[in-house]
Amino acid sequence: MSSISRQGRGFRAGYAFLYLAFLYVPVLFLPLFSFNESIYIAFPIEGWTVRWYGTLLEDERLHEALRNSLEIALISSTLATGLAIFAAKAFTRYRYRGQRPTLGVVMLPMVLPEIIVGVSLLILLNQIGLGLGTHSVVIGHTLICLPFAIAVLMSRMEGFDRNLEEASLDLGEGAVATFFRVTLPLILPGVVASLLLTFTISFDEFIIAFFLSATDTTLPVFIWSQLRFPQRLPTVLALGACILVVSAVLVVAAEWIRRRGQVRAGPGMWS
Amino acid sequence: MSDGALAASAVPPAAGGWRSRWRRGYLQSEAIRGWCLSLPALSFVVAALAVPLALLVLFSFWTQDYVTLDTDLTLANYEKIAQRTIYLTVFLRSVLIAGLVTLLTVLLAYPLAYYVAFDVSRHKMVWLVLITLPFWTSYLLRVFAWKIILGYDGVVNSGLAWLGLIDEPLSFLLYNPFAVVLTLAHAWAAFAILPIYVSLEKIDRSLLEAATDLGDGPLRRFWRVTFPLSMPGVIAAAIVIFIPTVGDYVTPTLVGGPSGLMIANLIQTQFSKANDWPLGAALSIASMLTVTLIACLFVWFSKRATARIA
Repeated sequence: MSSISRQGRGFRAGYAFLYLAFLYVPVLFLPLFSFNESIYIAFPIEGWTVRWYGTLLEDERLHEALRNSLEIALISSTLATGLAIFAAKAFTRYRYRGQRPTLGVVMLPMVLPEIIVGVSLLILLNQIGLGLGTHSVVIGHTLICLPFAIAVLMSRMEGFDRNLEEASLDLGEGAVATFFRVTLPLILPGVVASLLLTFTISFDEFIIAFFLSATDTTLPVFIWSQLRFPQRLPTVLALGACILVVSAVLVVAAEWIRRRGQVRAGPGMWS
Repeated sequence: MSDGALAASAVPPAAGGWRSRWRRGYLQSEAIRGWCLSLPALSFVVAALAVPLALLVLFSFWTQDYVTLDTDLTLANYEKIAQRTIYLTVFLRSVLIAGLVTLLTVLLAYPLAYYVAFDVSRHKMVWLVLITLPFWTSYLLRVFAWKIILGYDGVVNSGLAWLGLIDEPLSFLLYNPFAVVLTLAHAWAAFAILPIYVSLEKIDRSLLEAATDLGDGPLRRFWRVTFPLSMPGVIAAAIVIFIPTVGDYVTPTLVGGPSGLMIANLIQTQFSKANDWPLGAALSIASMLTVTLIACLFVWFSKRATARIA
């Protein structure tokens, strides 16, 4: 790049670090005050304690909500990723009439306010008498996870040589065997990344679960119910700190697996 | 599996049963393969989104009296929305707040996206992960963090008092539209940075050199080359932020107070306390239409404006 583009670089670097501080500092107050002795979230910090993490271990309703959230996130991420594998293959490998409208429809949940998804599913499930609970949250979460799974898998499938699949078919493998022996191993990092990302989306989602969970409270809905009680806040902060750490680990792992997969499937391996 | 494939290809076409004919058709036609593979996802979205949305529209033309649902089609709900000023006020406020959030987030994000795209050369990936990391952590907790920061006995007030800078807590920090704007601008930051970064990263660097060689200064070059070429990212960022923030429930409820109520609060009330589902459906449809209309107008105007500069 020419020297002219370097103008203002120091200024931009300073701005970038300030921006990162703006992103991180508010969030980091949660773990900071989770170690505070006082139940009031205020300076000065009165003393340090891990007591609130102890109360996490004792709360039965919290454990129940955690189990529900894990179950819902596990099922939703698997369903969304499963549907997305086939859809992403259709969108990247073939060209056919109706492809773009189909892509538009399955990506639609990404650009709808989530409250609309929640409300409309609430009405439908109520009308057909399916009732509310874990299953209805799974439907809602699979729906909002699907576009993300498709986006991750499409970028993964565009990244490798379609001749590999052609070669397998030419050598006499059937479509199903080709999928399991050629396509799936190649897109596996994308599949894992998609599972981790959609798991995180479902695990963190609040408003759809708020409308559809009924008595099968999820973790965010449980947290929401606790925010009204000041004496419960330190425990919520401790819980929040744990969620922050686990989410961060999952996302970094997903990114790392996706990147590593891309490097390995790159031209170096095949040339 | 491979035996089956060999057998199928060995069978003469005319003698093949429906299975092998289907199989040949499947392997030959991209359209059949494409439709077959995308059908599960498509039918799921139709069943879990299109059908409920259609029902939502239908519901909005019904009425409810306490618990009994009247299925005669009527515009009563929409008339109610048009007549009562509270609805118009809250609609307008939601759109203004979301618009302000969008503007603020895009403006703040642009220099950072520019920095990562043009100035960072070796650790781009680290920057991108750092930017997206807070976004993947609980939305609820990120919004709640602002409540404890801005609250009357919160972090800012207690911190300032502790330092001896104020005698009484500042009460204007929380429970107003500005708290909502600030919180949302923080919560949606990654959504603005990423699309803008991607479109900046795509710009052919030789175009910039050409502009410089032809005598454009940095500012002029930015305005005539870099900015118009980054416009798709800016538009994408604006849409991706504007649409969900108009319908956000958590933020106005936690930090908005009475003066910061938004559409989602009205909708939620109809489905709980007020128990008027048809009115709630009408509010949902009205807000969805408003948002879509504004988003389309915005895309149209910004594309025209970009065409004029470039």
